[in-house]
Amino acid sequence: MSTERRGHAAGSPFARSVWLVLRKDLTVEVRSGEIAYTTLFFAASCVLIFAFALVKEGRAPEGGAAGILWIAILFAATLALGRGFERERQSETLRALLLAPVPRPAIYVGKLLGIVALLVAIEAVLLPLVAFLFTARLFAHPFWLAGIVLTCTVGLASVGTLFAAMLVRARSRDMLLPVLLYPIVVPVIIAGVQGTAALLQPTVEIALVRFWLLLLVTFDVVFVVLALWTFEAVMSD
Amino acid sequence: MPKWFTPAAILCGLMFVVSPVLIARAPDESSMGMVYKIYYYHMPSAWMFLLAPLVCGISSALYLARGRPGDDRRAWAAAELTVLFGALTLITGPLWARRAWGTWWVWDARLTSSLVGWMIGWAYLILRRYGGPGSDKLAAGVALFGAVNVPFIYISVNYWRTIHPPTTVVPRLPVEMGLPLWFCVFAFLLLFILLMTMRLRLEAARTRLDALYVALDE
Repeated sequence: MSTERRGHAAGSPFARSVWLVLRKDLTVEVRSGEIAYTTLFFAASCVLIFAFALVKEGRAPEGGAAGILWIAILFAATLALGRGFERERQSETLRALLLAPVPRPAIYVGKLLGIVALLVAIEAVLLPLVAFLFTARLFAHPFWLAGIVLTCTVGLASVGTLFAAMLVRARSRDMLLPVLLYPIVVPVIIAGVQGTAALLQPTVEIALVRFWLLLLVTFDVVFVVLALWTFEAVMSD
Repeated sequence: MPKWFTPAAILCGLMFVVSPVLIARAPDESSMGMVYKIYYYHMPSAWMFLLAPLVCGISSALYLARGRPGDDRRAWAAAELTVLFGALTLITGPLWARRAWGTWWVWDARLTSSLVGWMIGWAYLILRRYGGPGSDKLAAGVALFGAVNVPFIYISVNYWRTIHPPTTVVPRLPVEMGLPLWFCVFAFLLLFILLMTMRLRLEAARTRLDALYVALDE
């Protein structure tokens, strides 16, 4: 433990605060498994229902796999974000976090990384499931797929973390989170769906995949910068 | 109401009465004939639909930075105008598209990002209405994302393959088409300013009334 502490103290105070927030969230999640298991079950059920409805005689409609993958991830993210911050609210720990003498952006980045880690874990199960049920060649270009999935998840989570944190004190927050989140992340989801769909074509056009990946990176940069500034300003009282 | 309001309102009304005459006199377009003329209302309302989220976003950023209620009220008024002018744009656009392109709607970058901008306006208003205490700052956060979408709507036609006309059309218009267009733009801009002023005045009156109620209770 002591060596671990010394190791962290060697890093910048910002990185250390980010790591502490992230480690706290991961520890709570690993011990209870509540959000991971419930969201995963929910997302897998979504994919199954779409598979029942759309896959006829072993053939899925063109572009269906990409769309359904991202719809399931978006739904799972909404659920995970809502529940993640509900937990902080119930035990009044968000107040404690905000009172802690650490920079506000560090809290945001820690929370964001926690959500991204959770979503990546869920995606690790969802991707093979979608590939199997929709007979989609998702893993033909694993590196491009990883790039699209990761950048799209970061874009989705960056806005989601901000609004879920802001909504903690609002009335009817469960209803309002999707209302605020979906219109803003629609461009990210479109780019994610198009990028994934481009990877599923019989002959993959890498230039097209690269275009959507670049667009996703642009969205990520804009959203994270804006969210960092807004988080600081909105969570100040 | 400020002194300039009544003359400006009369001028705006007159401009909207005169505008159909000017539009009728403008020459027909070579490929679309007279069908294109809805453009004289579509483009000015689309420009106001771009202006409103910018006003909303900048006011919200100021509100987050300085915390003055006036900035918040301006942001709210601008969000309502976003929804109003967005509705006008999204009604006139498909009407034109049906005749010009043969379809009401295509999922290209310009149309999709415009729809997203309109939805963010609605999200802002829903949050203000149902968010309860503290929703002002939350809504300001939403407004910032709405404002970021505006440059994307504007440039989208120049970077994506689409059938929507690009932004270079307007400066290249011949005078007889450009004149009615700019006339309509100023009419819509005046309407925007008038509606904004009315809405701000209403909100200021509401704040005063609330303060009076509180004073009466105490």
